[in-house]
This record gives sequence, C-alpha cells and structure tokens, in this order.
Amino acid sequence: MTLTLGHYLTLGAMLFALAVVGIFLNRKNLIVLLMAIELMLLAVNMNFVAFSHYLGDMHGQVFVFFILTVAAAESAIGLAILVLLFRNKSSINVDELNELKG
Amino acid sequence: MDVKTGFFYLFSVVLLFAAFRVITARNPVHAVLFLMLSFSQASAIWLLLKAEFLAITLVLVYLGAVMVLFLFVVMMLDVKIDALRQGFWKHFPLAALLGAIVVFEMAAVLMSGFRLSEPARVVQVAGQAAMEVSNSKELGKLLYTQYVYPIQAAAVILLVAMIAAIALTLRSRKDTKTIDPSEQVRVRASQRLEIVKLNPTRPAPAAEAAPEENK
Repeated sequence: MTLTLGHYLTLGAMLFALAVVGIFLNRKNLIVLLMAIELMLLAVNMNFVAFSHYLGDMHGQVFVFFILTVAAAESAIGLAILVLLFRNKSSINVDELNELKG
Repeated sequence: MDVKTGFFYLFSVVLLFAAFRVITARNPVHAVLFLMLSFSQASAIWLLLKAEFLAITLVLVYLGAVMVLFLFVVMMLDVKIDALRQGFWKHFPLAALLGAIVVFEMAAVLMSGFRLSEPARVVQVAGQAAMEVSNSKELGKLLYTQYVYPIQAAAVILLVAMIAAIALTLRSRKDTKTIDPSEQVRVRASQRLEIVKLNPTRPAPAAEAAPEENK
C-alpha cells in the first residue's frame, strides 16, 4: 500500500478536527485556545505541503512560508495581550472578559 | 509497505496523540510540551514530503522561538486551572462525537477522491539527477523573484508584530525619577520662579512689646 495524497489530506483533516474539538472543550482557557489555533494552522500547512509535493508545484510551499510568518506574528501579539490581560485581571478566564459592552 | 509508509504512520500516530494531549492536558506546561512534540512530528512528515526548507524552518521558528515564548508565558502566569476546566468532561462526549463525524466524513471523501500517488515528474527527475534539485534553492528562487513584494510585506508584518508586542507589554515603574526632555524644553520662567513683593523694612514690634514688660 503506497502513500497517496489522500493519506496526507486525511492526516490534516484529523489534526484540524482535533484542534476544533480543543477549541470547543477549552473555551475558558485562553492559552489552550491559542495552542489549538496553532494546531489548526499546522493542519492547513500540512495540506499545502502535501499538495505542493504531489502536484509538483513550489507555490504551495511559498504559501506555507507566509502562513508561518503570520502565525508567528499572531502568537506573539496574542501572548502579549494575554500577559496584559493577566496583569490587569489576574485571570485568563474567557468568561470574565465581559467589560467591553458595545 | 515500504519504509516511507511505515515512517509516515509512525509520525502520524505520534502527531495525533500529541495533538490530543495538547487539548486534554491538565497542566498548561504539559500542553505546550506536547505541542512541541506535535510540531516536531509534523516537521518529520514534511521531510517525507521533500520540503526540507520548511521542515527546518518549522523546527527553528516554532520549536525554537514560538514554543519557547509560549512556555515563558505559561510559566510566568500563575493560572488557576480548576476554574478553567469547569464543564470540561461534561462536554467531552459531544465534542468527541462531532470530531469523529468530521474526521470520518472527510476521510471518506479524501481517501477516495485524492488517489494521486507519487508524482511522475519527481520520479523522473530522481532517476536522472535528483541530487541537483535543492528544495531550498527552488524556494529561494521563487521567494526572491516572483514573491519579492509579498516577502517585503511579510517582513513589515513581523516588524509590526514586534513593535506591537513590545508596546503592549512595556510598563515603566511608577516611582521612577526619569525626566521628560520635551517637558523640560517647554517650561517657562514663570513656572519655575515666582517673584514675591516684599517690603524693604518692617516696622519693629517694639510698640506692642514695651507695655507688657512694664506691667
């Protein structure tokens, strides 16, 4: 049984589903939410790399490069906001973030 | 089943197990460590897909920088976990069911729909001169010719992220005695020096003191 594109895409789908379940389960914990977002981006990148390999097109890998850049920026700013939040409220419970009543 | 398939299944199993532990770990530090494990397995799978540059970038950028940042933040915050995990196991069966449905449906479609096996072009190249084709070189050529403006935009995004992260978390001490130069330059003489009118001489209080002494 040789590896096909479907194997890698299924792996990406499983990873993405795990990340979605993680977001659903850890709604209150902001740190685990950020980690689940990282897992989702990893699943997307996996699909990009698999397609890039099997279709013989390098442009998919360029997109993975840009996704990595944006993900790094996102996690840096997210963690900075998390630190700020913890400094002000001494808690990272999402349920307590209800002061911004628009 | 050749060696590559075996390695693919090994890395996939470890990756999925680590991802599962990330979302169910009680201790956030353990979750970050399992996330590092899952990223390393993903990088190994990318090596199987002959994307060496991205695999090494994933290890360097993610395991080296982002995950260490996560670890710093998680260890710095004194998080009370019990309140955050309220209702975790109550919702677990529903979440697991939904996840299983997503996985089975997508697997059914993807495994039957994408039967593409190893690309013929790469195999052909491998027969002739596979050693000359470098993934990093090809990616670099593409990044610095066709994608030169997007890569500048990515650099600006990283700069903005760096400035934003510093500006958000920078906090000066309240009791510090630093001076503000612009405020110093803008100061007027009237704010520093006050001229008080005073009489040159005072009347001596002799007229009041003298009768009391005589008494």
